Order: sequence, then structure tokens, then C-alpha cells
Amino acid sequence: MDRVFQLAAERPVVMFSKSTCCMCHTIKTLFSDFGANTTVYELDEMPRGREIEQALARHVGAGSDFPVVFIGGKLVGGANEIMTLHLNGSLSAMLKRAGALWL
Amino acid sequence: MKSSVHIIGYEFELEKYASFSPQTQRRLAQNREAARKSRLRKKAYVQQLETSRLKLVQLEQELVRARQQVSHLIKYTTQPNGAGIGTFEMEYAHWVEEQHKQVAELRRALQAHVGDVELRMLVENGLNHYANLFRMKADAAKADVFYLISGKWRTSVERFFLWIGGFRPSELLNVLLPQLEPLTDQQHAEVCTLRQSCQQVEDALSQGIERLQQTLSQSMALDQSIGGSYRVQMAAAIEKLEGLESFANQADHLRGQTLHHMARILTTRQAARGLLALGEYFERLRALSSLWAARPREPT
Repeated sequence: MDRVFQLAAERPVVMFSKSTCCMCHTIKTLFSDFGANTTVYELDEMPRGREIEQALARHVGAGSDFPVVFIGGKLVGGANEIMTLHLNGSLSAMLKRAGALWL
Repeated sequence: MKSSVHIIGYEFELEKYASFSPQTQRRLAQNREAARKSRLRKKAYVQQLETSRLKLVQLEQELVRARQQVSHLIKYTTQPNGAGIGTFEMEYAHWVEEQHKQVAELRRALQAHVGDVELRMLVENGLNHYANLFRMKADAAKADVFYLISGKWRTSVERFFLWIGGFRPSELLNVLLPQLEPLTDQQHAEVCTLRQSCQQVEDALSQGIERLQQTLSQSMALDQSIGGSYRVQMAAAIEKLEGLESFANQADHLRGQTLHHMARILTTRQAARGLLALGEYFERLRALSSLWAARPREPT
């Protein structure tokens, strides 16, 4: 899990994803719509991806639900949480604070 | 030939009979009576057997039918598809009836200019009713996501507007807005922001589903008929299709959130008008579907 937090802290927006996961593609599309710079880790294509996947499952709990999004180093959650935050208007503020948006 | 012999024999018997003693004659008469009764009993018994046999055949047929019904029921309730969708269809029919009642209630309340407290209650009921629908749909998605996103459970015109198993929230906002005027500047701004966010999420979800279609299509286009590759290909495809359930759920989540935020932005009276407008819109679409189905057509 340390590795996860380490990676999450390195960039404003970090998404743990799987190349085959289409909901991940949805969230990636949403972030790029805002012009938010997203760092994506495709766990099925990384050398130690399995480890990270297991650490996430233990910590986040929800089986193999992807994507898992960190903003400003903090765990935000999955597609559901991202959409809730976007509709209540807090997402863009969070992204700005984390330095992910340029406007 | 036989009868003449019989008659001759009988005449012979009669002659013999006449020579018997009265006691013997009485005994013989009793024997004859007993034999007659016995024959009658036998006949009755045989008739009973026949009737029982017919009854048995009938019962056997009924048993076969009952067994078929039971096995159908068992299949229907133990297969994930069967129970889930059957239950959903029933619950949805009730849901539509209940919505009709709520719409009528809202119309009456608004026309009668009831107080905010009562309106607030009606608005809460309306919002809870939609929340119930999303819950029902989530269960149905677990049972059979294709059934849900095909919109088979909706009327034809509603199906025409279908986007991931329901209505497009941004489109519903467009339906609602004219009914809600006048809005304050603040409200206008908030509604516009909500509509924009809604559209962004809709687009992202649409692109996600398109990607699912493309990748699935590509993987199915490969001929992996040799050995283990086929199983791997199919297993990967199944995993992909399992992702559809989360799209159905996220689309409903978006619908629910949109309703929730609209209720937050609007006053109680505006929210009541909004729910009424929405309910009437759906009713009109359903009515249109019926009229369309019943429209007169030129005989071909």
C-alpha cells in the first residue's frame, strides 16, 4: 500500500486502471474534458501491477473495481464518487487545489 | 342351432325341474337368485372399475400438467434471470400505477394552492419514488443487464429516447426548464452548471460504452476456434460484458443525482411543478405509444 500512496503523491491526479476496463476509459475521458492532467497506471500492463491491485483491494475494499482515483495524494474513490463530486460542483475545485487544472 | 339345442335342453330342464321336491325347487330358485345378484354385483363392480380407470387417466394427465408447472416455476425462480426480471416487471407495473397517482395528487395540490408543508411532503414522495425505481433497476441489472438496457420494459416511444437503460438526464432538464420559469439569476446559473456537468458525464459514459462495443467487436472478430484460445477469448468477452452492469448503474446514479440537485436548487413549489411536468411528460409518451400501436393503417 505504501507503493500506492507513493505513486499517488507524485502527481496531482493519479488513476489506477486496467487497459480492458471501459469505466476507466469513461473517467479518463471526463478528466480530459476538463483539461485535467491525469497520470494513469494500467495495472494489467505494469511489471508489479498485481501487487498494487492486491494492495488496493485490501485498502479500498471493493474487490476489483476500477478505476481508483487519487487527487492531491488523497483517495477519492471510483466512478461513482467522481460523478457525485462533479455534479455537486466540488470536483473542479479539488482539481484546481491539487494543481491539475491550468485555468 | 345353438338356441334350438338350448331350448330343447331347457325344456328338458323344465321337465326335470317339475320332478323335483318343493324344497329342492326352493333351493334351486334361491341359487338362481343368488347367481343373478352376483352377476349384478359383478357388473356394478366392473362399471366402477371402468369409472375409476377413467378418473385415474384424468388424474395422471393433471399430474403431468402440475409437474410441468412446478418444474417451470422452479426453473423460473432459481435461475438468476427468471426471478429477477419477473419480479422487476411486476414491480415496475406497480411503480407506473403509483406514479400516475402521485402525478394526479401533485396536480390537485398545485391547483388548490396548498401550503408548502404539504407540497414538501409530495415532493419528497416523488423523489423517493424515483429512488425506488433506481433501486429496482439495480437489482434487475444484476439479474439481466441486457434486458434492462434494451428497454424492453418500457413503451415503444420511451424506448426511442433510450440512453443506457433510461432517459438522458440532460434532455429531461430541457423538458423541465420551461415549466419552472420564472427562475432567479442564481437558480439559472446553477441549473446551467448542472446541465453542463450532466452532459459531460453523459458523454463520458457514452464513450465508455462505445469503447466496450468496439473492443468486444474486435475480439469477437478474431477466429480463435483452435483449442484453448477459444475459451480464453470467450472468458475475456464475458468479463467485458460484466462491465455493462456498472454502466447501467452509473447512468441511473447520474439520473438520481440530477433529480437530487434540481430539488436542491428549486423552491418547494418549483420542485412540485417540476415533478408534475416530468410525470406528465412520461404519461404523454406512454399514451403516444398506445396511440401509435392502435393507429389506423392502409390495408396492404
